Amino acid sequence: MATVLQFPANISTLNNYNDLYPDWTQREVSTGTTIMAVEFDGGVVMGADSRTTTGAYIANRVTDKLTPIHERILCCRSGSAADTQAIADAVTYQLGFHSIELDEAPLVQTAASLFRDMCYRYREELMAGIIVGGWDPRRGGQVYTVPVGGMMTRQPVSVGGSGSSYIYGYVDSNYRPGMSKEECLKFTAGALSLAMERDGSSGGVVRLAVISEQGVERQVILGNQLPKFSTV
Amino acid sequence: MATVSVCQYHRGGFSFENCKRNALLEADINKLGLSSPAARKTGTTICGLVYKDGVVLGADTRATEGMVVADKNCSKIHYISPNVYCCGAGTAADTEMTTQIISSNLELHSLSTGRPPRVATANRMLKQMLFRYQGYIGAALVLGGVDCNGPHLYSIYPHGSTDKLPYVTMGSGSLAAMAVFEDRYRPNMEEEEAKRLVRDAIAAGIFNDLGSGSNIDLCVITKGKVDYLRPHDMANKKGVREEKIYGHPVTGNYRYKHGTTGVLTKTVTPLNLEVVEESVQTMDTS
Repeated sequence: MATVLQFPANISTLNNYNDLYPDWTQREVSTGTTIMAVEFDGGVVMGADSRTTTGAYIANRVTDKLTPIHERILCCRSGSAADTQAIADAVTYQLGFHSIELDEAPLVQTAASLFRDMCYRYREELMAGIIVGGWDPRRGGQVYTVPVGGMMTRQPVSVGGSGSSYIYGYVDSNYRPGMSKEECLKFTAGALSLAMERDGSSGGVVRLAVISEQGVERQVILGNQLPKFSTV
Repeated sequence: MATVSVCQYHRGGFSFENCKRNALLEADINKLGLSSPAARKTGTTICGLVYKDGVVLGADTRATEGMVVADKNCSKIHYISPNVYCCGAGTAADTEMTTQIISSNLELHSLSTGRPPRVATANRMLKQMLFRYQGYIGAALVLGGVDCNGPHLYSIYPHGSTDKLPYVTMGSGSLAAMAVFEDRYRPNMEEEEAKRLVRDAIAAGIFNDLGSGSNIDLCVITKGKVDYLRPHDMANKKGVREEKIYGHPVTGNYRYKHGTTGVLTKTVTPLNLEVVEESVQTMDTS
């Protein structure tokens, strides 16, 4: 837990501004991001952009933000790259241990709860917005969202990250319950393209993953193959 | 739930009690018009790429203390294990000690498992340690090596995030080096081409970034062999001063001949001093 220190009003920032070391050498790495997950009958479709930034510099333009937590459970990461990587590693370990103890595939709700426990307990120290998606034999395809602060809720469609603000309208108007896998893929790719077009912190390629009883199939849509919406 | 591991980490973290005192001292010093000494940083250009047979790591050799070059030929490519090396940018002490700690733990781990160490293991150890210190250890690293699963390259940031990529650059000169990489990188290059590309990327950092300079060090890691080329390229050789200009020697002779300056008058004033006190102090030579 962070302790609060009282600093005098005239504190000078030690070594903070120096012409030799530009802004992006001192800023934390953040996955600016647009992430999304959609449930369909038989599984989930998860998607993310691929940009990681330190300030105004793109540190990694081909990031994989869809991190496997278990055989049929993935999570989309947004927020601080270090925080989300550390949380995902910890939850992967805990879930793997739990699954071995149980001797069966873990529930998606269990994975989401583990994320929620960690994100809520350390909410002051962490900056992480996570969407958990997967398939289990008991409830089929499920999407749970764990935003900054540590709430957890199940949603049929969930968007997250800085670019999500731009696509709430598109998602609300284009989502229908009972879409097929192909329709979900097209819907997700379209939503992510629109967000990447408008949000400076999102970009690169679109990474998609379909999780179902058969397993996980992944695809990449390169920049020049993205769906186009307007010629303006 | 966690099993007991051979290498026990020191549970402590940093104590921030002196921050308030330091802030007051800093303010006092600034009032006098002086500035407190800056931590020595390696301004730096470091980079790495994966080629056909392995990994090539490159680094410049300048270490700065504020705006002054503290070390013109420091070594930024650190040994982690016989098949894994790590370039370090950021605070020089932090990169040095962090890589030494992980190198030591990795050797213990390797003896415990009975297998040669893997790059992914070094990556895990480094990222978990840096995350534990929440970015206060200013070490930005390029970790590369060849293990049983092939060549691997990681970039590790001070807050503990890592990226696994075919080519990476870090440090204040990373933008210049990345520009060179993005232009000329191809997968599965030959060794000579890969070395030339890394050398050019570091050179771009040296000549376009004020925080990087001096020579170019290279480290080529392949399965079973490591070429630590230090220096690979002395890009900034110190010039040699001319011995003679127009027949007259340039250095040394500052004595003028007797009679160069004419003497007009000469007055001698003796100073009459009397001895007031004489004391002897023996020196302790034991």
